[in-house]
Amino acid sequence: MLGRTLREVSVALKQGQITPTELCRKCLSLIQKTKFLNAYITVSEEVALKQAEESEKRYKQGQSLGILDGIPVAVKDNFSTSGIQTTCASNMLKGYIPPFNATVVQKLLDQGALLMGKTNLDEFAMGSGSTDGAFGPVKNPWSYSKQYQEQRRPQSNRKREGTDWLIAGGSSGGSAAAVSAFTCFAALGSDTGGSTRNPAAHCGLVGFKPSYGLVSRHGLIPLVNSMDVPGILTRCVDDTAIVLGVLAGHDPKDSTTVQDPVKPFTVPSLSDVSKLCIGIPKEYLVPELSSEVRSLWSKAADLFESAGAKVIEVSLPHTSYSIVCYHVLCTAEVASNMARFDGLEYGHRCDVNMSTEAMYAATRREGFNDVVRGRILSGNFFLLKENYENYFIKAQKVRRLIANDFVNVFNSGVDILLTPTTLSEAVPFLEFIKEDNRTRSAQDDIFTQAVNMAGLPAVSMPAALSTQGLPIGLQFIGHAFCDQKLLTVAKWFEKQVQFPVLQLQGLMDDCSSVFENETLPSVSVKQ
Amino acid sequence: MAAPMLRRVGLGRLWGFAWVDGGSGHRRGSPNGSTSSRRREQSSVAQQPLHTAQKPRKGGHKWAAVVGLEIHAQISSNSKLFSGSQVSFMAPPNSLVSFFDASLPGTLPVLNRRCVEAAVMTGLALNCHINKKSLFDRKHYFYSDLPAGYQITQQRLPIAANGSLTYGVFMGNKQSRMATKTVRIRQIQLEQDSGKSLHDDLRSQTLIDLNRAGVGLLEVVLEPDLCCGEEAAAVIKELQLILQALGTSQANMAEGQLRVDANISVHHPGEPLGVRTEVKNLNSIRFLAKAIDHEIQRQINELESGGEILNETRSFDCKLGCTVPMRDKEGKQDYRFMPEPNLPPLVLYDSASLPAGTESQQVINIDQIRDALPELPSATRERLVRRYGMLPEHSFTLLNEVGLLQFFQNVMKETRAEPKKVTSWVLNTLLGYLKHHNLAVSESPVTSSALAELLDLLDSKAISSAAAKQVFEELWKGEAKSAAQVVSEKQLELMQDREALEQLCQSTMEGHPQVVTDMKSGNPRAINKLIGLVRKATLNRADPAEIKDILERLSS
Repeated sequence: MLGRTLREVSVALKQGQITPTELCRKCLSLIQKTKFLNAYITVSEEVALKQAEESEKRYKQGQSLGILDGIPVAVKDNFSTSGIQTTCASNMLKGYIPPFNATVVQKLLDQGALLMGKTNLDEFAMGSGSTDGAFGPVKNPWSYSKQYQEQRRPQSNRKREGTDWLIAGGSSGGSAAAVSAFTCFAALGSDTGGSTRNPAAHCGLVGFKPSYGLVSRHGLIPLVNSMDVPGILTRCVDDTAIVLGVLAGHDPKDSTTVQDPVKPFTVPSLSDVSKLCIGIPKEYLVPELSSEVRSLWSKAADLFESAGAKVIEVSLPHTSYSIVCYHVLCTAEVASNMARFDGLEYGHRCDVNMSTEAMYAATRREGFNDVVRGRILSGNFFLLKENYENYFIKAQKVRRLIANDFVNVFNSGVDILLTPTTLSEAVPFLEFIKEDNRTRSAQDDIFTQAVNMAGLPAVSMPAALSTQGLPIGLQFIGHAFCDQKLLTVAKWFEKQVQFPVLQLQGLMDDCSSVFENETLPSVSVKQ
Repeated sequence: MAAPMLRRVGLGRLWGFAWVDGGSGHRRGSPNGSTSSRRREQSSVAQQPLHTAQKPRKGGHKWAAVVGLEIHAQISSNSKLFSGSQVSFMAPPNSLVSFFDASLPGTLPVLNRRCVEAAVMTGLALNCHINKKSLFDRKHYFYSDLPAGYQITQQRLPIAANGSLTYGVFMGNKQSRMATKTVRIRQIQLEQDSGKSLHDDLRSQTLIDLNRAGVGLLEVVLEPDLCCGEEAAAVIKELQLILQALGTSQANMAEGQLRVDANISVHHPGEPLGVRTEVKNLNSIRFLAKAIDHEIQRQINELESGGEILNETRSFDCKLGCTVPMRDKEGKQDYRFMPEPNLPPLVLYDSASLPAGTESQQVINIDQIRDALPELPSATRERLVRRYGMLPEHSFTLLNEVGLLQFFQNVMKETRAEPKKVTSWVLNTLLGYLKHHNLAVSESPVTSSALAELLDLLDSKAISSAAAKQVFEELWKGEAKSAAQVVSEKQLELMQDREALEQLCQSTMEGHPQVVTDMKSGNPRAINKLIGLVRKATLNRADPAEIKDILERLSS
């Protein structure tokens, strides 16, 4: 049952094959068994069971709230949840219990979804591995998959020490691991520079970043306000569309959401792609790109072409400036957004009481990790009067050029851009931490952050397994506010590639019962 | 009745300060640009020399002061600038704080339409250009009553700019002469107020009240076109009246709804501007004028004794009556301004640019606001002068006292008395009593109806002026008696009985034969004495002219 998609399990609930409480308990039990993944910071067992109980009543009375009623979901721990600790994986907010729900959380709850818990991340979503949080790193469920274990090169020492696991990607690694390991059917991530798409690629999931302004940010603890969007992680495109349909639309509490009414999201099955024009941005072919991802990218392009779509090479000429520009804008907003964490109103407060200033300094030193402090420092540097013009203003201008690159390409008749999501498949944790967070972020956000600067919708689709048996994702980028069209194309791709389901049997003995009776196709990209 | 005494705007000082060492006849040059210098020339106020003790240096150096003001006016609105919390002055601490006001992470600002309308109204009333597109910025600094670590303001592109404010100042010592001047307005911006910190030094702790945090402010920045405390006081008084007339701010300085900072420097005319200081904590118009004049004097003294002026923030100590440097915490502050990413540009429309089919609730139409502007104080004063033949300075006084104009107009509605008489009674008698008892107009024990009735009695010659004063005094006691009741109880009606009056005159003459003799021999004082005696006998109820008439007839 847990291996099913959201849509499938929803049907099962409706038909009474399983009750919300049973489903909830199964998920809770799996969360316990997969605790070592460190996907959740807080498991909201009581809340979930109570919600399940209420959902069950509604089903019994034939008054279900809709497709999400009784569906277990998880939420990244940087979305405010009323009455449930919201930490951003930071000591600064350990124990902070918001008095209100983020709009997206409220919308899920209003539809009867069950909140299983709050998922792990890099501290304040600053990172690309989910390794830099106050609650420890997230482990990629694929580390324990049959597919990976069979294919990977033997590294017996590490295996024995239990340190040979892979990173989940980030910063929404906890959400990705939670969905990937079947502990819930959908999860909210956040995406500022790729934080939803990156872990989706590493964990073999659909990771969707909506157009900026389509989904409310109210209650999402910000990283970069002008780029943040709530992201959606699911195991298939239809599930993403269901969740997006619930979340999208104007929120009076977020002035940057669009006023236009949003139509319900239905994603038709596309049978004909011959009218599509797929753009392949040549600047995304970087030397650091692994040969495997590169060839998969090329195969995917061929797939569209052979189905009749027009596939053309396009240019986004300012791409190479993008990551530096992102760094300046991101750190500047971080410096500003983090100013509120001073220990006065909420969150951590140090014991120093010599003066208010001394209290601020010690509180912030104790509360933030090195990554956050480093970004605050550089952001404040960029915002200094003497530097503002040279860094911040310049970066804003470059941002405009980058956004215009996309506009120009789309105006030339391109419907969708196809790019890699990441340079390679997930790397082992020990490999990953050889580089510092800043270097890693700069490398890992390379294909994803430009989309955030332009406010476009994008989705990372699992495409195939690497020779090591690990998922590789490809990214589709759409026109602003053409999220539905983007998902329609993604759904066509999904159908063609038949990405394999994660196989955890045998390796997680306790879990075997969970996956019984599931069919597990294992097909790679159709040629 | 004598011309009414006019109360001065600034109360305190009777001198201006621009030209301090007696060179008042000189033509004024100004380094501030020709506009302001021309304006200042319009009023060559004769200034009293203030430091005759100081020897002018060689070449007869004169000092000129340059004063600029920054005003923060709390917008009168039900809720705060970016949150739904209520705005109220005397609420219990931290009872009006939304999640946004407390800067809980994840909360976002939502702009209050009423505050935008208030800013547009104020901008229009101050002859500003209204920017159809304005932007919000974050201004960063750490302070315990600034929960987010930044204030949302409009640094780059404010909602209104390039305006002007016309105000009146008294000329020199002649208190009845007024000059009209103009100060330029650089810009008006919308911004958030901070909370309040209460420092408890004894327990070395700071208590924070966030009720005020996030309340909408209008920051009005004036060009440095002023030259003394009195001008600054007159500008602030006029601005206060405008804001109150618009209803955009209650503008009560004592309650902190209007806060003024002054930038002050002195220099020799023709030379570059001097180093300026900023004086804060000016919480009344009187202290504002005092603080500015003190600071100008201090700077002059400092420079003349060879010292230098530091670019610093000073605060006015109202007990000591002087400005003192404020403890500078961080030295030079860099506010690290940044665009506020959570608020889209604020776009306003006029009737020409209004997109078709938009609901009026969704957009703000500048023309619509302009059409609905109420009468501004300057127009009200002109109307008073035109309609009632009032002196301009009387119109100022009527407007400057809260509620006095309304009182005057209420009396006018109910009485047949001449406007001049009413003006005189309201400005002299009523205002005099109010001042003497330190009462506001709204607290007056004499209602407008009672005064109107009294003035009717006076107008119909039912009582004498002297009796009217007595009646007023009775009414002031607030015993809920009407003027007519007082008149009848105290028998203050003018004697209408000519025969009785003649008898009284007759008996008075008989009782004072010597005075009658004097009168007959042509001593002019004698008849006045007799009139006085008769009036006394009538308990002030007789018309002196009539008494005189009778006395003359009887003695002829």
